[in-house]
This record gives sequence, structure tokens and C-alpha cells, in this order.
Amino acid sequence: MTATQLHAQLPPQLMTTPPLLTVSGVNRRFGDVVALHDVSARVYPGEVLGIVGESGSGKSTLLRMMNLEDTPDSGDYRLALPGVTGNLFELDRFARRMLCARHIGIVYQNPHLGLLMKNSSSGNVAERLLIAGERSFATLRSKARVALEASEFPLARMDAPPIELSGGMQQRVQLAKAIALEPALLLLDEPTTGLDVSVQALVLDTLKRLQRDRAITMVIVSHDLGVIRTMADRVMVMRRGRVVEEGLADQIFQDPQHEYTQALVHAKL
Amino acid sequence: MSLATLTKPWAAFSYGFLDASAKRELRRKMLKAIAVPGCQMPYASREVPMARGWGTGGLQVTLTLLKPTSRVKVIDQGADDSVNAASIRKFLHRVSGATETWDTLDATIIQSRHRVPEERLRDDQILVLQVPNPEPLRPVEPNMSTARQMHADADYGRLWLVLYEQIVRSGRVMQGAAYPSLVNGRHVMTPSPIPRWDVPKLNMARHLTFLSAGREKRLYAVPPFTRVEPLAFSDVPYKVEDHGNLTCSRSGVTGFFMNEIPQEDGSAVHELSDSHLGIKAIRRAEGEAAPIGATWYQNGEFRA
Repeated sequence: MTATQLHAQLPPQLMTTPPLLTVSGVNRRFGDVVALHDVSARVYPGEVLGIVGESGSGKSTLLRMMNLEDTPDSGDYRLALPGVTGNLFELDRFARRMLCARHIGIVYQNPHLGLLMKNSSSGNVAERLLIAGERSFATLRSKARVALEASEFPLARMDAPPIELSGGMQQRVQLAKAIALEPALLLLDEPTTGLDVSVQALVLDTLKRLQRDRAITMVIVSHDLGVIRTMADRVMVMRRGRVVEEGLADQIFQDPQHEYTQALVHAKL
Repeated sequence: MSLATLTKPWAAFSYGFLDASAKRELRRKMLKAIAVPGCQMPYASREVPMARGWGTGGLQVTLTLLKPTSRVKVIDQGADDSVNAASIRKFLHRVSGATETWDTLDATIIQSRHRVPEERLRDDQILVLQVPNPEPLRPVEPNMSTARQMHADADYGRLWLVLYEQIVRSGRVMQGAAYPSLVNGRHVMTPSPIPRWDVPKLNMARHLTFLSAGREKRLYAVPPFTRVEPLAFSDVPYKVEDHGNLTCSRSGVTGFFMNEIPQEDGSAVHELSDSHLGIKAIRRAEGEAAPIGATWYQNGEFRA
């Protein structure tokens, strides 16, 4: 079954709104390695899409494309947002940067990718606002405070540089930075990998609460089925650059169809 | 017809030291720099009889601009009599026949390191500033290719972030010299290491300013009547150094940028940084005729 056929069957029946994010027919090769083969995905407003798969299955590559950090060999990417039209893969560098700053937030597995380690935590959040053109110091300060508070970061440490913070705190700074401009889309690349289980639970708790309060559309990539089970409404299973199965989270976990998904679910349980 | 009739008589060096092709290239780049205010233009920085880092960039621009009727003033940290300023001025005179002068009012070309004169410059004067590091983004972006892309995108968020960090950490903006400034609403430039005191003098000025870095091979310009706005948050106003009420211990003048001179007993006295303005003030006090032009600052306050 190809990804296109999957789509014809599987979008949730209760959804009446058009999808916020549509990726279709994405192909990407790195030399001889096929990273993505004809991958398509849709995310509806307010929904959380989980992408699972083993290492090297192309899930992070797909997320990087959604953040416009990489362009595919072929494919189409659309966001249903006011003022955003056409295939986003064809945007130039400037338009791409403005779109990412304004509408897309991302949390990386490695905080070094997403944060300026020597700047203060509030400065990291303020940078987003500065890029969007905020020029009042008092406003920057209060907006950074609000974003850090929303991601449950201890405000007493808001001016400490991330390099001095624990892993969980660094992820919270990344999250605050990502939501500072209230983006339409939040991308999470293994947000809790590398954190110990209790901290992982706390960060997931924060994410869950944010999702509930703000109805942010999220795409979460993880190899940890527990994380996906907690967060995702819908799950996409990837293997060797292809989407092998896609469906509602319960459906995937209770009644996996593809043999790889079956192995994955049983290995977990 | 022989070859000798077609060529010019032999001379020890070209007029103005640089050869014709070098000057032509520089002129083209200077015109380009004027056309895009604040944008750094790469140029082929030539060898001059001076080490890189001692003002070779400014020297090349000055050499290109000189003519026998020019009157040239060279400033080093506000002083005309430092060894560096004196030898550059002497060199400029020797290679071009231009007149040497110390007086800002008298000069047509002013080459300067780290200061803009206190007396207002006119539209027939050109200021040439020596720049050690022309890239305002260097502290935040070590990769120069990326920095150039950031200039192209007007992506200056990181520079603002530096100011944010300074206010968070110290309660005020700590940037003392080379304060990043937005030129003509488009390019951020570093106005060479002039103090904050001097940056407002470039805004909507009547004179033409060239800034040139010889080692980094970049030159940029602020044409007359161009906006130069130092980056500042809307609720944290730009502040110049607190020198408005200091008095020069030698000339008794108040309200200009001062050098602090430490004394043996641990105290400090101040003297005018713009040395020739001080000399003129002293001469005047002694009853000599020494005309002092209109100054940018009056009673320590900037007058637009």
C-alpha cells in the first residue's frame, strides 16, 4: 500500500476542517541512501501527529523538512495559514526564514542545536521576538517571562545561560522559545530523549498542558512508544524512508496491521 | 614615432603613491559604497609603506581622494601630533603635494582614527575613518559567509540580542566604541571604534564619510544627509558618554569628549580629546585670532 492510498482511506472521519499541514510525495536521497520515499502526511488544526520509527527511518529528516531546514529532491509542502500560499519548498531563503520565525516552533533533541548556550535563557526567548521586530525592552522582558512561565521554567533562573541548566530545564527553554510567538505549528524532535524518566514525565506533562490550553498543532517525532502513546492523537509509523502504517493512536497500538508495527508494539509491551 | 614619445617621463612613483589602476578600482568601489550607504564593498587592498592595522585602509582612500590643492588633517585618537598621525600626514604631503593642516575648519580631507572632530564638518569636507574590524556581526557570527547572508536578509536580531543581554546583565548598554548603527534604514555598520559621543555626528551630516579597513579589505560610506541610527530599544534611549560637564584642565573648555589622564596621587584630570580645538581655545584665551567653528555639541548637549 503506498502512502497516497493510505491517505485516501485514513483521514479521521470526524475532521471537517482542512488540514493545517500537508506534505505530499516527498523524496529525498543522500547519495545511495533513500532517506524518504514518497512520504505524505497531513496534520489537522489542534491535532498531535506522532511519528515513530527506528533510527535511520527518515523521521527526523521529515521533521527537518517541515521546519524548512532541508529541501527534498521532489515534493510539496503547504500550510493552511493566512498569507501563506504555494509550495513552501520553493520559497527563497528570506521568505523561508520569516515563515519559520513567525509560524513554526521547533524543539530539538539536542539543546545545543536550538539554543545560544552562552546567552541568557530569557535572551534565547527574546531572540525570537527580536526577529519578529519587537523593539521595546520592557515588552521583550514580559513576553519572555510569559513564555518561560508557560513552559514551567523557574523564573528565578530566567537570566541564567542554558549551559548552566539541567537537561530538562534546557528543553523547557527551547519550548519557551518555540512558543514565544504563538506559532501555528510546533515541531518536537525527540524532545524527551536523554532525560531521566521522572524529568521526562514532567516535560511531557508541560507539553500536554500546553497542547490543551493553546490547542497548538504538534508533530512529535520519537522512537519511544510511551511518549507517542501519551501525546499523539494520530500515529505514523516509518521504516526505511517509507510510511508503513498510519492511523489513530489507539488503532495503531491495539490493532497494528503491518508486521513491523506489530513487532514494535509487542517489543514495547 | 618611438616608444619614448608615447610614454610619460620616468618618475619614482605615481601621483598619490598608488598606481592608476589601483586608484581607479578604489574610486569605483567608493562610488558603489556611496550608492548603497553602509554596505561593505570588498576591494583589493594594496600594499602601502605602513603595516596592516595602522590605518592602511583609510590611507588608501585618502591617497585616492588627494589632489595638489587638498588640505589634509590626520587625527589619531583626537590628536594631530601623535607619531602615527604626523607620519601619515607627512607621507600624504610628500606623495601628493597636498597642504598639511591641523585645523578642522581649514581641512578638505580628514583622515581619522577613533574620533570625529568636535567642530561641524561642511559639505566640502570628506571624513575618512580607519576601521580595524568592519563587520558588526563578527561578535555574533564568526562565519563571514553567513554574516554576509545576514546582511542581505537584514537579519540583525542577534545584534539586538547583544544589547538585550547587556541590559539584563549590567542594567545598561555596555557597548562603548564601535556602536552598531543602522544606516539609511537598511544596513547595520560598525562606525569604526569612535566613542558613542561621536555617532550622532554622522546622522544627517553635511559631509561625506568613508570608512575603510585595509586588512579586512572592505570599505563603506555614509553619504551626506543619510540617517545613521544607533541600535537602541524604544524604551531604553541611546546615551552618549557622560562627559558633558567635564572641564579640560589645559584649555578650561567644558562640554566636549575628554581624555582622562591619571595622576600620581590616584586622582585624574581631563583634557580635550580633540587636541587642536584645545589649542585654538588656549590661543583665543591669550588674545590671538583663532576662529573656532560651530560645534556639534553645545554645553555638553548634542544639537542637531
